[in-house]
Amino acid sequence: MISYHQITLKVNGETEVVNVPANMTLLVMLREEMGLTGVKNGCAAGECGACTVLMNGEPVNSCMVLAAECDGAEVITVEGLSHNGQLIKLQEMLIAKGGVQCGFCTPGMLISAFALLKRNPDPSENEIREALVGNLCRCTGYVRIIDAVKASVEK
Amino acid sequence: MAVTDKMPELIGKSPLRVDVHGKVTGAAIYTDDIQFGKNLLYARVKRSPHPHALIKKIDTSKAEALPGVKVIVTGKDYPQRIGLYLKDKNIFATDRVRFVGEAVAGVAAVNEEIAEKACELIEVEYELLEPVFDSIYGASPDAPLIHPDMGDYEVANFIFPKPGTNISNHFKARKGDVDRAWKDCAAIVEKSFHIPQVQHVPIEPHIAIAKTDDNGRVTLWASSQSPFAQRNLIAKTLGISESDMRVIAPYVGGGFGCKAGVTMEAMPVAIALKAKGHPVKMRFTREEEFYTNFVRQGLKIKLKVGCDKDGNMLAMENTMYWDGGASTEYGVNITRAGGYSSTGPFDIPNVKTDSFCVYTNHPIGGAYRGFGMSELHTGIGQVMDELAEKIGMDKVEFLKRNSIQGGDINVTGMKMHPIGLQECIDKVAKGINWGVKEKASSDNKLRGKGIAISWKAPAMPPNAGSSAFIEMNEDGTATVNVGGQEIGQGAFTVAAQIAAATIGLPMEDIRIAGPLDTQYSPYEWQTVASRLTWSMGNAVRFAAADARRQILEMVAEAWDEDVDDLDIINGIVVSYRSEKEMSLKNIAVYGIPKEDDQGWIGGPVVGQGSFMPSYVTGLDPETGQGPRAVVHYTTGAQGFDIEIDKDTGKIEILKAVTAFDVGRALNPELVKAQMEGGMMQGISSAIFEEIILEEGVMQNPSFVDYRIATTVDVPRVMETYFVEVPQDDGPFGARGIGEHPMTPTIAALGNAIYDATGIRLEGPPFLPEKVYLAMKDAGILD
Repeated sequence: MISYHQITLKVNGETEVVNVPANMTLLVMLREEMGLTGVKNGCAAGECGACTVLMNGEPVNSCMVLAAECDGAEVITVEGLSHNGQLIKLQEMLIAKGGVQCGFCTPGMLISAFALLKRNPDPSENEIREALVGNLCRCTGYVRIIDAVKASVEK
Repeated sequence: MAVTDKMPELIGKSPLRVDVHGKVTGAAIYTDDIQFGKNLLYARVKRSPHPHALIKKIDTSKAEALPGVKVIVTGKDYPQRIGLYLKDKNIFATDRVRFVGEAVAGVAAVNEEIAEKACELIEVEYELLEPVFDSIYGASPDAPLIHPDMGDYEVANFIFPKPGTNISNHFKARKGDVDRAWKDCAAIVEKSFHIPQVQHVPIEPHIAIAKTDDNGRVTLWASSQSPFAQRNLIAKTLGISESDMRVIAPYVGGGFGCKAGVTMEAMPVAIALKAKGHPVKMRFTREEEFYTNFVRQGLKIKLKVGCDKDGNMLAMENTMYWDGGASTEYGVNITRAGGYSSTGPFDIPNVKTDSFCVYTNHPIGGAYRGFGMSELHTGIGQVMDELAEKIGMDKVEFLKRNSIQGGDINVTGMKMHPIGLQECIDKVAKGINWGVKEKASSDNKLRGKGIAISWKAPAMPPNAGSSAFIEMNEDGTATVNVGGQEIGQGAFTVAAQIAAATIGLPMEDIRIAGPLDTQYSPYEWQTVASRLTWSMGNAVRFAAADARRQILEMVAEAWDEDVDDLDIINGIVVSYRSEKEMSLKNIAVYGIPKEDDQGWIGGPVVGQGSFMPSYVTGLDPETGQGPRAVVHYTTGAQGFDIEIDKDTGKIEILKAVTAFDVGRALNPELVKAQMEGGMMQGISSAIFEEIILEEGVMQNPSFVDYRIATTVDVPRVMETYFVEVPQDDGPFGARGIGEHPMTPTIAALGNAIYDATGIRLEGPPFLPEKVYLAMKDAGILD
């Protein structure tokens, strides 16, 4: 039988207490237990980046993290980027530059870019490209996504 | 209905996407985001491990005994065949499996793990048959038959299967006299190419949830480019009346053709019919997405082209063997498209084309962005490059001399409409600094430039239709109802823009009704073929003009004025005669009171519009000739300036340039976004992508082994241009652009590689090791 674990964690600023089976991934917990469906399931194998969330400030593929490991963690999903309807600059720039098409990679892309700008507020184009290399997009050709991150750099 | 010809201000502007706020905040709903509650069952599929075998026996007893298993279905339950153009596919294999990964049984259980375990417990006894893995061999009389009953299959009247063979469609084009033309040629090039299967790779895998009510009515929620085609095909196949089948289609997380027609969506429906009251969810794993989903079929193409001493094209012979896979229900029309477009955008007086759709024991070939055109142009673009060289003419001059133009009679006898291909070629040539030999950045690099042109027509039945209706709301806004899907291309935004521009509303006053729902949404054939801006755009424009007319007639009556003196500007009705003004707020629903409380004028305004091309004709089955094979062609050009590393064979694109004639760019930024994304998908397919099949088994069904382009692969400089030669029946002159930007890419890159190295590779992907070894063999690394 699968064991259950009660964990306490912060998700998008709110403290949550959840009882999770040992084999449940953070991805499934966020989507199915908490209804945070902005976190997308693209491969469940850590290869596409669509499920990227911030865990303790670092971008992780949430499909590769067990929920039970998240006791005490702080998690931020795409739903936690904007506050009271106020988009952050990255979101605004992604809209302005036209970096969204089907939108399925967008949440993970935003989180990876957000993490980049947190650790490196003035990245070069190469650094932007390297930071987003794990986030696959099939629609945009990445051009406008890279432009949006560049335009989000606070000068 | 007359539609005003003046160009509204909003056309040619680039308002922001209407779907974008939800997509950057995580609020946008995709199919897997819908919650179905505790009654939900999870479906998994038992799949064939063999490429070709007879099913002798299926024993489901152990699986049925597993606690948590609710329903198991096999081909025995559903012997019917399904298919878009040729009904040659079973929902679950009946007597025979035809590719590795074919569905043999479906299980629904209380969770995915139990469903998966049950699939393992299903025992299938097979009798192995000789497989077919090559399309040329498959077309030969020696090959074993994959569909011995093909002669009994229902087929569209423009598809020509050859029962008793593996050829499920043979498209012929005969124009002029090729055999006589060769002797007049001063230069002839003959070459063969092989384009491997590739996968679509939407980031959102296939997902569909089906539920049957007590009264037998079925609802299907699916990530779908084609809710109406799915309703039609699935309902018909399963004996449900179309109106008793409802398809709800939220945002699609990438389609590229693989979510068109019916691929996997009939399976959850078939299971749900036996699990009344339970929603049944089937979600593909990424691995299934790679090896069981429809693929872009492989192509073996043999080309012979010739021109006179002045470089005028005289003849082309084009023989195509398409690796259609185990079922060609959709693929037959891809091979037809390859046939009627078989010259590419070239004006050639003598043409002989044979396009064969061949069954093999490979994954099923289906629609993929460009529908045969990337594959076809890979060959054409490169033989033309060599022919120009052979006759000693500048390659760009050769393209310009021979590219098709308005008024020319094309390969099927259709008179070409006006196009701006010459201008596209000029823009691309200028963009890559054509004609200037530039130095490589270091001694261990080789530099080269290549250019190619392409065309594509919407490939669809002659009468593929669109419809739309527009409801005015109390607050003066308009809700636009369409049946075309937003798959990332911006269809909803362009629909909103056309409606706003036509009615006279600001963009922010338009709402798009969604998600698509066949119960409420107006009919649309499919979101494919780069046809929405043009076809659905027309329907929206007519619906908007109808709504506008109703509003103006109401106000004209209230003001006792002539409709011709009235206009709607930014949601305000104005009279140029009396200078009166009235906001659309309230009146578009409640009407306008007559003076002195003497009654009311008007009422809720609902505009409706539909569009269907009526002029597409059939083609002679022996010659492929007819007055009008297609609605129109979008044409364009692409060029690359590249460097190849002599130590690694790696290609670096220094500059990528493309230009297409889009008729009218309704939203220039969306047009450019399609060109960038399409070109990048083309680059990815050219440099990285190939489904590696060994004995029918895909060897690389993961993102690790099947690499697609990432951020680090984007060319440092990418330029996109559009040319505008209006389409006579397009909304404001628009033609589609969704698929075209990836169609010339492989050829243009192949030409750049040739320019850099003198090496002509047989086909993509142009992997570093392949390029390196070819350079080594050619002795250019010493």
